[in-house]
Amino acid sequence: MTDISIRTENLGKQYRIGQYVANYRTLRDVLVESVTYPKRWLMRRRDDHPDVRSPDTIWALRHISFELKQGQVLGVIGRNGAGKSTLLKLLSRVTEPSEGMAEIHGRVGSLLEVGTGFHPELTGRENIYLNGAILGMKRIEIDRKFDEIVAFAEVEKFIDTPVKRYSSGMYLRLAFAVAAHLEPEILVVDEVLAVGDAEFQRKCLGKMSEVAHQGRTVLFVSHNMSAIARLTQDTIVLDGGQIICSAPTTEAIDTYMTSGITQVGERRWDEAGSNLDHALFQPVALRVLDHEGRMTNQAMSAEGFVVEFEYRLDTDITGLRVGIYLSTSRGEPVFTSFDTDAPEAFERHTIRKQGHHVSRCKFPPNLLNEGRFVLGVNASSFRIQSYFTDEHALSFTIDATGAPGTHWPETRRGPLRPALEWEISEAVV
Amino acid sequence: MGISNARTNQGAIPVTIIRPTRGWKGIDFRELWRYRELLYFLIWRDIKVRYKQSLLGATWAIIQPLLTMIIFTVFFGQWAGIPTDGVSQPIFYFAGILPWQFFQSGVSKAGTSLVASRNLITKIYFPRIAVPIAPIIAGLLDFGLAFLILVGMMFFYGVTPTSALWTLPLFLLLAIVTAVGIGIWLAGLNVSYRDIGYVIPFLLQVWFFLSPIVYSSTIVPEKLRPYYGLNPMAGVVQGFRWAILGVGKPDMADIAASIGVAVILLVSGIFYFKRMERTFADVV
Repeated sequence: MTDISIRTENLGKQYRIGQYVANYRTLRDVLVESVTYPKRWLMRRRDDHPDVRSPDTIWALRHISFELKQGQVLGVIGRNGAGKSTLLKLLSRVTEPSEGMAEIHGRVGSLLEVGTGFHPELTGRENIYLNGAILGMKRIEIDRKFDEIVAFAEVEKFIDTPVKRYSSGMYLRLAFAVAAHLEPEILVVDEVLAVGDAEFQRKCLGKMSEVAHQGRTVLFVSHNMSAIARLTQDTIVLDGGQIICSAPTTEAIDTYMTSGITQVGERRWDEAGSNLDHALFQPVALRVLDHEGRMTNQAMSAEGFVVEFEYRLDTDITGLRVGIYLSTSRGEPVFTSFDTDAPEAFERHTIRKQGHHVSRCKFPPNLLNEGRFVLGVNASSFRIQSYFTDEHALSFTIDATGAPGTHWPETRRGPLRPALEWEISEAVV
Repeated sequence: MGISNARTNQGAIPVTIIRPTRGWKGIDFRELWRYRELLYFLIWRDIKVRYKQSLLGATWAIIQPLLTMIIFTVFFGQWAGIPTDGVSQPIFYFAGILPWQFFQSGVSKAGTSLVASRNLITKIYFPRIAVPIAPIIAGLLDFGLAFLILVGMMFFYGVTPTSALWTLPLFLLLAIVTAVGIGIWLAGLNVSYRDIGYVIPFLLQVWFFLSPIVYSSTIVPEKLRPYYGLNPMAGVVQGFRWAILGVGKPDMADIAASIGVAVILLVSGIFYFKRMERTFADVV
């Protein structure tokens, strides 16, 4: 009697990209191909085969091996395109692996997208049954949980109205309510928290944490690091389709947040690699300089340091603001600051001319606590356009040596370590 | 993919092994049985949606065959003067229209069903074969309603049911098997070759004329009869007319050929579908 819930061995998924045989072709394409490339057409394989090493294929996932025990809650994190959704699809049997094997003990309930199968013409009641059946619940099960589902979704009054009349919030709540009341041995959740308002997210998290405490195995994919940190004990980090880290959650998050940032003290962007929506704004480099102006990836808390963002504008831009996001390496946001936060700066730099610019800010001494931090950058016009965003651009470390209070060798929690002015006096009674 | 049930006291904890599959697979009937409620819900959804919020609603199931019958009677019966085996024209046509409309609507919905359900297929696992089957079975309701009209017409035209009426469900079954077979083929093909969706109406139109709906099969030349019999719907329509009106007794050889073709369509369709199934979520 094993207590393994999921075990994968060298799981891999290959996709064909490009024109032929990937996304849909028409009969006309087939006929044309059979005439122009007869040999290729005759030799073609209809299904994906790992031996086909043509340049038109990519491995969305490769060499994935891990083991999950029953009751374990595993987080899966990684950049967009790292293969997280593909992994979930494989485990949910939505798509077939190209190589390797997965052994799954129990029913898998997948929340890959909320509201799958909802039909707008049907009422809430009808959709609960339909959606429940699609997700694999038996009718008696749905009957039993019906009231619970409706109560969770808070749509009692509207349960017999067609779903197309629901507000988006009601829709989401109902969809999630059905999926959340599945009772599979293994629950696989993909980014369902990406949609919905704060209230909805809170509810989702609450329910998932409940499910986790019931002893079910949960696989949770998200970009929301605080949710991952809250719900999971262990996490795997995917990058380019492979597992680059499998560790307790805090360690994994740290690895993820600081991965891919290899330059010391500086992050450069070259034109080819950047993911710009708008070529008018071209980031050049982000740097951390110590209090003597030298580039560094480690600064002293007690000394203060400088963050410098160099960029180029290909045209005059009005209303541009350039700023940084600071987060801890655990993904917790610390603050956001823009170069035109100060009213005078805002007045003065309404228009920035074409050419190279540098926005530089000074971090005062005794602001940050020791630890690793991650800087992100953003360049945008408020409510008009976002020119460039990179949330994990550069990481650096803060050393608290010499900061106030370090005559006691203890770690203090929290991202900040301000030197506050304390006054000690004897109270007059 | 293999599934084995490890039965414990607490109820079965099914163990699923996922690996790449190669070659041909048959249907996993146990799995289909486990998902039978889903098939029921898909059928129920199709029916509900068909009739909700439409002014004509259920009456459309009746109006369509009636109108078609009227058009046929005028154009083919009266003006073109095509013989109708000696029975009065409206009921001759209606008896043929009835199974044909079931077949046609089922096949055209089934053919595009997988592509239309792409958001289901790419997100959730369930036996995909339920998707094209559901609209065909859902069409039985429309068929039933139109059948009531047929009964009414029989009274009206003073047609007494023949002793062969018991064969009607069998011919209906033949129509269902054919529709499912062809529907599955088209559904699977449509995922890989998207222009199949455009081919379907044309295919059905040709098929319509290859079946003895607006004419009696007696006008088919003798030397072509054997090939004609290979069309299962020819067998169905002829059978319907014979069972209801007592005219045009179909040849046993024709019937056997029809059944044979229908079964081949179904079985080959299932194998093709199951083989392509593993790529549906990637390609749709």
